[in-house]
Amino acid sequence: MHIVVCVKQVPDTKIIKINPKTNTLDRRSAPAILNPYDAHAVQEAVRLKSILGRGKISVLSMGPPQATEVIKKCIEIGADEGYLISDRAFAGADTLATSYALSKALEKIASVDPIDLVICGKHAIDGDTGQVGPGIARRLDIPPVTNVIEVSEVNSNDRTIVIKRKLSNGYELVQANMPCLLTVEKEINKIEYSPLSNMLKAARYKSHIWSVSDLGEVNITQLGLKGSPTVVGKMFTPPKLEGGKMLDGTSDEQVSQLMEVLLEQKELLNVK
Amino acid sequence: MSEKFDVIVVGAGPAGTACAYTCAKNGLKVLQIERGEYPGSKNVMGGVLYRKQTEEIIPEFWKEAPLERPIIEQRFWMMDKESTVSFGYKGLEWGVEPYNNFTVLRAHFDQWFAKKGVEEGVLLINETVVTECIVEDGKVIGVRTDRPDGEIFADVVVLADGVNSLLAKQLGFHNELKPDQVALTAMEVINLPKDKINDRFNLQENQGCTIEIFGDSTKGNLGTAFIYTNKESINIGVGTTLSSMIKAKMKPYELLDYLKNHPMVAPLLAGGESTEYLAHLIPEGGFRAVPKVAGNGVVVIGDAAQLVNAIHREGSNMAMASGKMAAEAVIHAKERNDYSETSLNSYREALYASSIMKDLEKYKDAAHLFESSPQYFKEYVPMMNQAMSKFFTVDGTPKKEKQKQIIKGFTSERGTFGVMKDLYRAWKAVK
Repeated sequence: MHIVVCVKQVPDTKIIKINPKTNTLDRRSAPAILNPYDAHAVQEAVRLKSILGRGKISVLSMGPPQATEVIKKCIEIGADEGYLISDRAFAGADTLATSYALSKALEKIASVDPIDLVICGKHAIDGDTGQVGPGIARRLDIPPVTNVIEVSEVNSNDRTIVIKRKLSNGYELVQANMPCLLTVEKEINKIEYSPLSNMLKAARYKSHIWSVSDLGEVNITQLGLKGSPTVVGKMFTPPKLEGGKMLDGTSDEQVSQLMEVLLEQKELLNVK
Repeated sequence: MSEKFDVIVVGAGPAGTACAYTCAKNGLKVLQIERGEYPGSKNVMGGVLYRKQTEEIIPEFWKEAPLERPIIEQRFWMMDKESTVSFGYKGLEWGVEPYNNFTVLRAHFDQWFAKKGVEEGVLLINETVVTECIVEDGKVIGVRTDRPDGEIFADVVVLADGVNSLLAKQLGFHNELKPDQVALTAMEVINLPKDKINDRFNLQENQGCTIEIFGDSTKGNLGTAFIYTNKESINIGVGTTLSSMIKAKMKPYELLDYLKNHPMVAPLLAGGESTEYLAHLIPEGGFRAVPKVAGNGVVVIGDAAQLVNAIHREGSNMAMASGKMAAEAVIHAKERNDYSETSLNSYREALYASSIMKDLEKYKDAAHLFESSPQYFKEYVPMMNQAMSKFFTVDGTPKKEKQKQIIKGFTSERGTFGVMKDLYRAWKAVK
């Protein structure tokens, strides 16, 4: 089974600063890391490969040359091969242009070694859109299954997969035909502590780097800034919540304090 | 059996990287293992990098390394509660090539330095803890890491795992650190705009300044505080020997807070934003604390070998020099295909013949003297301040009379003989 995981290098948003004038992320203020959801996507591929006892895991990313660092991170987790598409022509891409470019690269990977499963993180922590995964699925014409919290079964014989999806009010079990595309939540697995051999392999690993010309037939107008119809209307930093009251004491005391407040201030419950 | 290397270097601080770099440059197959997320992520140092020893490894490194400012002024403060006696040296010759030393942010510099090693062929892995040396027939043959299937082998293992070298302890090279052999240092990086730094420290453009502070900065305990200027931030820190900290029941962060709010210091930091807080042990045992540095298939370098000159706040330079000397010994050992203690002892010989050990030997009694005689920091610094205050305050008393009073001030505290004795002992310890 050939699993391809799409990953993104993102600034660590836990520590990134926001430029107060432009409201944009100051990317220099934070180190670049592997998007945490994507790490879980790679881990899931590793888990499936080890359950099946065979298979191959490739990772694919789009970004500047230094994005090979996150590919190395994926090799540490247990990926076998890594591909980076890197070209000025990709710069400024929104989710539409990104999913187009990635789907072209996936087609190229599949032409050598057919793909059974594509796994993406739920979303990237710098944009939070969650559109690239489904966008790729649409272009490859394979079913997208989003918000995956468990891969329950993989039947390589009849090429189906059973998946648990997280919904806002519960979960859903879905059977899908392979190839398909999953986008995964963090709770799908725990990132394992990699064996030393993976660390050595990653330290030595040289990613395959492809430019636009390596991708074969590509419509240049659908790439990069040109291929990106998204217009950012406005950006703002959400105001910090102010006021509020902290309750303390034992949990019983806190509950009775809370009840008092709620009974006194019925507007908090929206009771008319 | 898993892969075998010529050399495994444990640690990616200045010592480890200097060693790994030199070995790889000479064609050895090197694996470097760092426990932090990246080289420099776990390292703490006030932030002075010396040009000389760095240059001996990477010539003209200042043209590409991520340095903060070349230091053109070194100030020393003998600080009391509401006063300070200061002296120092400022020289513009330090502001041009080849420079004397630089302020650096370790997280940046160590990453760059390690990358130079990788460019020479060092295989560097992060986030991996070496838990012990693998010893067979009295010979170190590799290391065991905390990772699954985590054993790996080499002809020589270089221990550059820092001040509290668990690996050197495992091998019985050194004993548990004693509280009077280590300083506990806490420091902060405080962001300030470049203009403010230049105004407050009387600097131009990218000139840097360091201030070493004695006396009330440690509430009179054995230790020092420092303030170093970076491009757009200031490093401020304070450390005392662990033993004085225990004796005085002080906590390192309390001492740092005390320093930051000291009336002599606070104006320099006003309006700054604290961005990083770090604390670390600094080996200050000096000459006598240096452990066995070479064994069968193993050498010890840098802080792990306790190579710090506390009096001259030098450490990173000694780390780099020791790393380079160890690398040269390993390269020779490979030529002879002999990794025994006798063979690797050429590192020990080179180290003891170098200025590093000569400097440490020169000051071998200094720390002990200052530790056991608290009057130097507790009494003489305030006395100096009172003396200067008296001498420079114009109040109608003739200067000659003032001098008399000053000398009387000193001798009445400790007696004429006591003062002479203290002066002689201090001179002897640092001569």
